Amino acid sequence: MKNILTIFKKELIGYLKSPMAYIVAASFFTITGFFFVASVSDAFSEASIRGFLAGAVFFMIFLSPALTMRLIAEEQKLGTMELLMTSPLKDFEIVVGKFLAALSIIIVMIMGTFFYPIILIIFGVPDFGPIFTGYLGLILYSSSTLSVGIFASSLSSNQLVSLVVGSGILSFLTFIDFVSSRLSGAFGTILNELQLGGSFSLFDSSSFGIAEGGHFADFARGIINVYDIIFYISVSTIFLVLTIFSLESRRWR
Amino acid sequence: MINISKMSKYYGEYPAVIDVSFNIAKGESIGLLGPNGAGKSTTMKVMTGYTPPTSGNVNIGGYDIIKNSIDVRKLIGYLPESVPLYTDMTVKEYLSYMGSLRGMGKNILNRVDEVIDLTSLNQYKNVLISKLSKGYRQRTGIAQAILHKPKVLILDEPTIGIDPVQVVETRKLIQNLGEEHTLILSSHILPEVTSICNRVLVIHEGKIVADDTPENLSNRLQTSNLCEIKVKNGKSNGIIKLLRNEEYIVDIRTKDGENDEFESYYIETSSVKNPESLISKILINNNIELFKLSSLPLTLEEIFLQLTKD
Repeated sequence: MKNILTIFKKELIGYLKSPMAYIVAASFFTITGFFFVASVSDAFSEASIRGFLAGAVFFMIFLSPALTMRLIAEEQKLGTMELLMTSPLKDFEIVVGKFLAALSIIIVMIMGTFFYPIILIIFGVPDFGPIFTGYLGLILYSSSTLSVGIFASSLSSNQLVSLVVGSGILSFLTFIDFVSSRLSGAFGTILNELQLGGSFSLFDSSSFGIAEGGHFADFARGIINVYDIIFYISVSTIFLVLTIFSLESRRWR
Repeated sequence: MINISKMSKYYGEYPAVIDVSFNIAKGESIGLLGPNGAGKSTTMKVMTGYTPPTSGNVNIGGYDIIKNSIDVRKLIGYLPESVPLYTDMTVKEYLSYMGSLRGMGKNILNRVDEVIDLTSLNQYKNVLISKLSKGYRQRTGIAQAILHKPKVLILDEPTIGIDPVQVVETRKLIQNLGEEHTLILSSHILPEVTSICNRVLVIHEGKIVADDTPENLSNRLQTSNLCEIKVKNGKSNGIIKLLRNEEYIVDIRTKDGENDEFESYYIETSSVKNPESLISKILINNNIELFKLSSLPLTLEEIFLQLTKD
């Protein structure tokens, strides 16, 4: 536990000292701001944060890997991974410490969007249920995307490769509904169940600005489904475990 | 302290270390000597638990390297060959971080200051590591390795790539460390190992070809039979004729690349004792002004040839 905290603190300071976290945050606020405004500026539009959520969820497939690409790739490039792996700490402590640092940054970033609901309260009568479940879902979803990003970071010593691989995996888990809808039977169902949360329908003119998919859809509508929560926690765990395997495999090479 | 028995390490099909066995007692300072690719770094990576051996047993301080990996790592201070550092940290931040990773408690900062003193990094302690020269980075790396007062100190090529003045200082520093720790050091420079260590393991192509004290090792090795001399220009033919007459001289070659004022020669001798003194006597008796006379050190290849012959 103490080791996790040591790694966590180091990475958190690393984020605050390097430009990447600020760049990601700036992009995040620009994108979510745009989608929020687009979704509430029509006449008679609903006082909800669904527009902001849909944009945030979709663009997280690029922002999360950008945030995590440095975490392990850089240690491999600098050779400091050799120091970490010969220090008396377990591989999972390294991975979990780094993951929690990235998660904290994302949560702070998400908290920065609280002024969208505040605007809604001032100018309208929002329903608090979907706002609460939306934020809960967004944090759980982001944790999955970060976990995928960390895994991608462990595969290479090149940060750019990590970014592309991470975004690639997340994009696949986002447009998977296009594939599954063309398949029938059990395989189609399984693929459909794997859709992470974003949806490329975001850019359809009919549903522009409000489109969620997969396990995020219920959160956006104000429904807490235990199954969705378990799904996101499982995805986070699975990719963290894969990251630990990836580190361990380095020892055997 | 360290027992290695029948340890082999293959990278895929490629054997890096083959069937190596040795023991190291507490307080010994061991030099691993070998050319690049001999298996020095691999042996060290196995001892630190970074990479497991393909076969064989490694036991450090009574702990098995695989079963009790964490316990072993607590005993070890390690400086990898690449001297990995977090370049965006200052020396002090880096050392404090490494200290907390090693589970050091509240006294971390005192110990960090102590180590900074010991490695003469005082004026650079608040400088970003990315701004440090290679020599100071090396010291930061060594500081990191000794921070937690490890029982076993493993330094992989600690003087490679730094300037000669700093090499001397770094060697002195390491020599002092050898008094407190069980020290294992790798190098491809014979004098470095013999000056610091009290036992030398010579590794060649993944196997240990010699395991001896520096004194015995140099006794086993013939001294060099190649000398270089430098004299004033203009008497060249005289010198060659003069020396050709001596029966212990096998060959004389002119060395290219000298300026107009001086010229240099390589002189190969048969295995006589102290050829330098014999040659200098001849030159001085013939009134030839001598500006340089040195016997060239054995190259590593020659050392291995000699050691593997018997």
